[in-house]
Amino acid sequence: MFDHITIQLLMGQLLIGLINGSFYAMLALGLAIIFGLMHVVNFAHGALYMLGAFVALILLNSFGVPYWGALMIAPIVVGAFGIVMERLILKPIQELDHLYSLLATFAAVLIIEGLMRLQFGASGLPYRSPLPGGVNLGFMFLPWYRAWVLVFSLIVCVAVWYLIEKTKLGAYLRAANERSEIVESFGINVPLMKSLTYGLGVALAALGGVLAAPIYQVSPSMGSNLMIVIFAVVVIGGMGSIIGAILTGYLIGIVEGLTKVFYPEGSHLAIFVIMILALILRPQGLFSAAEKSR
Amino acid sequence: MTNDPLLTVADLHAWYGESKALHGMNFTVRPGELVTLIGRNGAGKSTTLRSIMGIVKKRKGSIRFDGQETINRRTYQIARRGIAYCPEERAIFASLTVAENLTLPPVLKPGGISDDDLLRQFPNLQQRLRSGGAKLSGGEQQMLAIARILRTGARFLLLDEPSEGLAPVVVREIGEKILQLKEQGFTILLVEQNLQFARRVADRHVVVENGVVVDTLDAAEVEANLGRVKNYLGV
Amino acid sequence: MTRYVLFAALGIAALAAPFQVYPILLMTILCFVVFAASFNLLLGFAGLLCFGHAMFFGTAAYIAGWLLKNTAITIELAFLAATLAMAVLGYLVGLISARRGGIQFAMITFAIAQFIYFLLLRAPFTGGEDGMQGIPRSALFGVINVSSSFTLYYLILAITVLAIAAVYRIVHSPFGEVLRAIRDNEARVDSLGFNPVQFKILAITLSAGLAGLAGAMKATVFQIATLHDVSWHVSGTIIFMTLLGGLGTLAGPVVGAALVVVLHDYLAHFGEWALIIQGSVFLAVILFMRQGIVGAAKALYRRVVVRS
Repeated sequence: MFDHITIQLLMGQLLIGLINGSFYAMLALGLAIIFGLMHVVNFAHGALYMLGAFVALILLNSFGVPYWGALMIAPIVVGAFGIVMERLILKPIQELDHLYSLLATFAAVLIIEGLMRLQFGASGLPYRSPLPGGVNLGFMFLPWYRAWVLVFSLIVCVAVWYLIEKTKLGAYLRAANERSEIVESFGINVPLMKSLTYGLGVALAALGGVLAAPIYQVSPSMGSNLMIVIFAVVVIGGMGSIIGAILTGYLIGIVEGLTKVFYPEGSHLAIFVIMILALILRPQGLFSAAEKSR
Repeated sequence: MTNDPLLTVADLHAWYGESKALHGMNFTVRPGELVTLIGRNGAGKSTTLRSIMGIVKKRKGSIRFDGQETINRRTYQIARRGIAYCPEERAIFASLTVAENLTLPPVLKPGGISDDDLLRQFPNLQQRLRSGGAKLSGGEQQMLAIARILRTGARFLLLDEPSEGLAPVVVREIGEKILQLKEQGFTILLVEQNLQFARRVADRHVVVENGVVVDTLDAAEVEANLGRVKNYLGV
Repeated sequence: MTRYVLFAALGIAALAAPFQVYPILLMTILCFVVFAASFNLLLGFAGLLCFGHAMFFGTAAYIAGWLLKNTAITIELAFLAATLAMAVLGYLVGLISARRGGIQFAMITFAIAQFIYFLLLRAPFTGGEDGMQGIPRSALFGVINVSSSFTLYYLILAITVLAIAAVYRIVHSPFGEVLRAIRDNEARVDSLGFNPVQFKILAITLSAGLAGLAGAMKATVFQIATLHDVSWHVSGTIIFMTLLGGLGTLAGPVVGAALVVVLHDYLAHFGEWALIIQGSVFLAVILFMRQGIVGAAKALYRRVVVRS
C-alpha cells in the first residue's frame, strides 16, 4: 500500500514539515506572549507576518537592502507599526470583553490586506534566496537556505523562551500575566509593558515573514492562510503557554509533513482532526495544565 | 513629627463598572501613624485601598498624597510617589520563585530596605528562596507579600487584611512585624475585620459603613467604647 | 401605537419592494437578515462569539443545492433538510466547544469552520474551486412555480418573517431568559442548578439551524453554492453586520444586513477598496459605536423623549 514511499520522499516531507513547524512555532509563540499579558487574541498576527515579508521585499527592490539587513530591519519596522496599532485600536478597548479586541484585530486584517493587495496585487511575488545551492546528504538534498531557517528559528524560539522563563524581564512579564494590576502597583509602567510586549510578539511574526519570503511567494494572503493553522495550533497547545506554543508548532508541522507522505489528500485536515481530538480528550489544552490553573 | 497629613482622602466616590462602592469617603493619615479602616464585609474598605492605589479606575473626589493630587494618576505613577500596596489575596506569583517574587518590585526611590536586611527581618523566607511562589504556606505568603513591597523605597504602606485566614500564632507574628515596621518609620493604612488585631497595632481607627466614614476613634476611645465599635462590626 | 404603524409601513414596503428594486438584491438582504439573526441569537443573547458561523451557512447551501440538483425534492423540503442538517452540525460543534467560554469558543469555532472548509474543498460533490452551479429553483410544494426571482422573493420574504418571529419567540421564552442570564453571569446560572453547557449547546443548535436556513435560501437565490460562503471572510462579514446593526436587539441584524449588503453591492466596482472600507467601518463601530445603529437610535430616542 505504501510502496510509493521512499526515504527521499519521507525525509523531504519531514524537512518541509519541520520548516512549516518553525513558522507555526514562531507565530504561535508571539500569539501566546501577547495573549498571556493582554488577553488579546491577535487575529492580525498573520497579516503582520505578511507585512514582514513585504517589508523585506520592498527593502530589497527599492532600497537595495539585502536579506540579512531585512532580517534586522523588518521586525523593527513592523514591531513599531504594531506598537502604534496597540495604542490606537487595542488600548482604548482593553477594559472591555476580550472579544472586542479579537474583532478589532480582525478588522485591522481587512484593512492591511486590502491595502497591500491594492498596492501589490493579489498574486505572489518572488524573493530571491540569499543562500542558493545546498548539500546532498545521500538520502536527500538539503538546500542551504532551509537549513538556515531551521537552525535560526530554533535559536529564536529558545532565546525567547529563555528571555521569558529565566530573566528578570521575563519575571515581570510572567508576574503581569498573573496579576497585571499588582505588578503595576509596584511602580512598573504596565501600559508601556503591554505596548512593548505587543511589539515583541508582532516583531516575531515579522521575523517569520522575512524568513518565509525566500521559501514561499510573498503575497497579501500568505498571512491569513497561515493564521488558520496557527489558531488550531494555539487551541491544541493551550492559550498563553510559551513552551506549549513552541512544541505544538513543531509537532503540527511534522504531523502535517508526514500526512503528506502517507495520505496526501488529508494533510490539511490532519491538523484539525488533531485539534478536535485534543479538544475532546484534553479540553484545557495539551500544555496548559502545567502553566497555570486560572 | 509635623501635623500635616501624609494622605488626605476627601469626598472620594468609586465605582466597579456600574455599581457604586464608595459614596464620599473622608479621612486623613498623618506621617508615622498606623490607621486602620474597620467595618463589615463589603463596607468599602478594600475598595478604598484600591482607589488610593488607582487600581479602581472609575473614581471621583480627591486623594492628596504628600501634598500632591493623585486621583488622575495611573497606578504605577502613584506607586512611584511612594505608596506600596499589599492586596488581601496576597497575590504571590505562582510562576515565580520566592526570590523572584521578593525582588520583583523595583527600587523606585531611596529609603527602601535592602535585600539583605529584608531576609534578616523575614528569616523564614531565607530557606524558601528557591521554591515556587505557590508552595508557601498562608503565613509565609503573607510575610512575603509584605516583605516584597518594602524594598521600593515607599514609606506609606497599604495593607489589606494581613491577618485574614491565618492561625492565631501567625496572626500574632504578623502583628509584631507590622509594629516593627511602624517603629522603622513607615506610615501604614491597614484594612482589618479582626478587631482584636486592629486594637493591638493601631493608633487610630476609621469606621467605614456603606462606602462612607461613619466614625473615627483613637486607640483610647476604642477601648472606652468597645460596645459601640463591636456594634459597627456586627460582632 | 407607533410600533404598529412602523410594522405596517415596513410590511407594505417589503411587499412592494420588488416592483422597484432588483429582487436578487432584496433576497440577498433577506438571506443575510436571517443569517445575522442566527448569529445575533448566539452573540447578542447568549454571549457566544461563533467566529466560524459561515460553516453552517455555506454547508447548508451545498446540501440544499445537491438535493435540488440530484433529487426531485421540493424547495421547502430542501430548505428543511438543510436546516435540520445544520442543526445536527451545530449540536456536534456545541458538544466540542460549549464547555469553553469567551475567546476560546471563538477560536475553536473558527478552527472547526476551517476544518469544514477544507473538507468541502476536498469533497467530490462541491465542484471544488468552481462551486456547485446550476441549482434549480424547484416548485414550492411541488406545485407553485418559484423559478422567477419575482415570485421567489415572496417565498424568501415569508420564510424570513417566520424566522424572525421564531427568533423573537426564542429570545422571549424562558429559555431565552436563561441564555441572557448565562451571558451576564454564568457562574450564577450554574449555582441555580441549571447546566449552562446544555443551554449553550441548544443555543448553538438553534442558531446553526437558522444559519443553515439562510444558506439554503441563498443557494436558490443565486443558484450557486461556493466555497466563499464557507470562508472566514463570510464569518467576519456576518459579525460585522450584527455589530453594525446592534448586538442583542431584534432589529439590529435586519438593519445591519441591509446596510452591508447594499454597501457591498455599491462597493463592488471599487475592487480592493471594498475590503478596506468594510474593515475601517468595522473598526470604527468597535471603537466608537459598540451599541450599533439600532442601539444608538434607541438611546437617542430615549434621550429625546425624556428631554421633551
